[in-house]
Amino acid sequence: MIDDFLLRALLGGLGVALVAGPFGSFVVWRRLAYFGDTLAHSALLGVAFGFLLQLNLTFGILLICQLLAVLLFFGQRQKLLSSDTLLGIFSHGALSVGLVALAFMEGIRVDLLAYLFGDILAIGTADLGWIFAGGGLALTGLLWLWKPLLAITIHEDLARVEGVPVDRINWAFLALIALSVAVMMKVVGLLLVTSLLIIPAATARRFARTPELMALLASLIGCLAVGGGLYGSFRWDTPAGPSIVVAACGLFLLSWLLPKQLSG
Amino acid sequence: MDGSDYLLELTDINQFQGARQLLQQINLQLKAGEILTIIGPNGAGKTTLVRIALGLLPASSGTVYRRPGLHIGYMPQRLHIDPTFPLTVRRFLSMAGRKKTERILPLLKEVGAAEVIDAPLQNISGGELQRVLLARALMRDPDLLVLDEPVQGVDVHGQVELYQLITRIRERRNCAVMMVSHDLHLVMAATDRVLCLNRHICCSGTPEAVTNDPAYLELFGPLAVQHLAVYSHDRSHRHDDPAEHGACQ
Repeated sequence: MIDDFLLRALLGGLGVALVAGPFGSFVVWRRLAYFGDTLAHSALLGVAFGFLLQLNLTFGILLICQLLAVLLFFGQRQKLLSSDTLLGIFSHGALSVGLVALAFMEGIRVDLLAYLFGDILAIGTADLGWIFAGGGLALTGLLWLWKPLLAITIHEDLARVEGVPVDRINWAFLALIALSVAVMMKVVGLLLVTSLLIIPAATARRFARTPELMALLASLIGCLAVGGGLYGSFRWDTPAGPSIVVAACGLFLLSWLLPKQLSG
Repeated sequence: MDGSDYLLELTDINQFQGARQLLQQINLQLKAGEILTIIGPNGAGKTTLVRIALGLLPASSGTVYRRPGLHIGYMPQRLHIDPTFPLTVRRFLSMAGRKKTERILPLLKEVGAAEVIDAPLQNISGGELQRVLLARALMRDPDLLVLDEPVQGVDVHGQVELYQLITRIRERRNCAVMMVSHDLHLVMAATDRVLCLNRHICCSGTPEAVTNDPAYLELFGPLAVQHLAVYSHDRSHRHDDPAEHGACQ
C-alpha cells in the first residue's frame, strides 16, 4: 500500500523532473547554471512578498522570479560588470533580503528548512496543481521556442542574420525558466534547484547524439533520481530533497561506468 | 534610382563607442557577383563594419541600404559550441532552415568536407569547421556571402585552398562576396576589390592599385614586405592559379 502523501510526493517529483530535463539541458548548453541559482535564491524574497501582500506563496515566488529575470536581462546588457559578478550580487542579495524581510514580519513563522531544501512530503493537491499547470505551461512554451532557441544557442548573430527574433526568444526563454524554477522550488528547495536542472542533463550527455534525445534522457534520469531519492528517504528516514539530489549524483557517477553506446 | 544597382550600399557611416570613434565616414558599395575584401590591422573596425552592413548593429549615423529580398549567407568569425551540446555537422546544416536536408551532402561536397557529415561539430578541425560554416552560409542560396575572417585558424596551404574555393563558389553561383581579412597577400588573388580600413577608408580599388597606394604601404609597411616573403615561399611549393601571382606584384 502506498500512502497518499507519498503518492503526491512521487507525482510532484516526477512532474518536476520532467520539466527539469529539457530546461536543464539548455542551462548546461548555454552555461546558465549560475543564472538558475540566482533565480532560485530569490524565491525566499518571493515568500516574504507573498506574506506581505497576502498572496498565494507560490504565486509570490513566481512573481519575484519573473521580476528578477527581467532585471537580469537588462543587467547583462551593461558592460561594466561581468555577468557572473552581477549574478553573484543578485543571487546573494536576493537571498539575504528575503531572510531579513521574513525576520521583520511579526507573527509569521516560516519553516526555513522547507524553503531551503524543499518539502516534497508535504506536497498537497494544490501544489500538485501548480506543478502540473505551471510545469506544463513551461514545457509547452519551451517546445514552441525549441528550434529558434537551438539556433540562438549555437550562434546568436548567425541566428539573427537568418531571421530569428533573438531578443524576443531570449526574453521568453528567461520567463519560462523563471516559471520552471518557481515550480521546482517546492520539491528540492531553493538551494538545490540547480542540481535538479544540471545533474540529470549532464548525466544524459554521454548517451545523446541529438539535443532532443539529451533533453528526453535528462527527464527520464531525473524521474529515476526522484524515485530513488524518495525510496531512500522513506526507507532510511533521510530528508527527501537532498536524497533526490544524492540519487541524481549516484546516477551521474554510475553513467561513467556504463559504455557510451545508446546513441540515436 | 541609383541605389538599385547595388546589393549593398553604405553611406556616410560613423560609429562611436562612448567618445571613441570606431568608424569614420565609411562609404561602400557592392555589386552583384563582386568580391570585396576588407583588410586592416586589428582594431581597425572591420568586424564592426560587417556587423553594421548585416544589420546586427545600428550605426551611430549614416544609412545602410540592402536590396529588398537580398539573401545573405553569413559566416561568423568564431563558433564556440559548448562540448555538452550534442550536434552533428548534418544537424547543424539542417538548421539553416526550409527543410532542404537533401542539399546537405552536395553542399558539403562542394566545400570539400563531405567526410565529416556525421561527426560532432566540436570534434572537427579548424579547416573543416571553416568549410562547414561556409556550407551553412550556402544553404540559404545567398546573393551575398559575408565572410568574417574565413581562413582563420587554417594553415597557409589550407588558406590558399579556401580562397580558391571562395573564388570558385563565386564563379559557379555568381553571388557577391564581402569578406574580412587581416592577411594581406593570399587574399589579393581572390578578390576584385580591396578596401583598406583603419577606422576610416585609407584606400580602395583593385588589388594592384591598392598594393601600390602610398596609404597602403604606410599602413602595413614592414608587414607587407614580411608577408610577401611568406607568400613567395609558399608559391614556390605549389602550383596555383597564375592569376594569383599577378595580383601580388
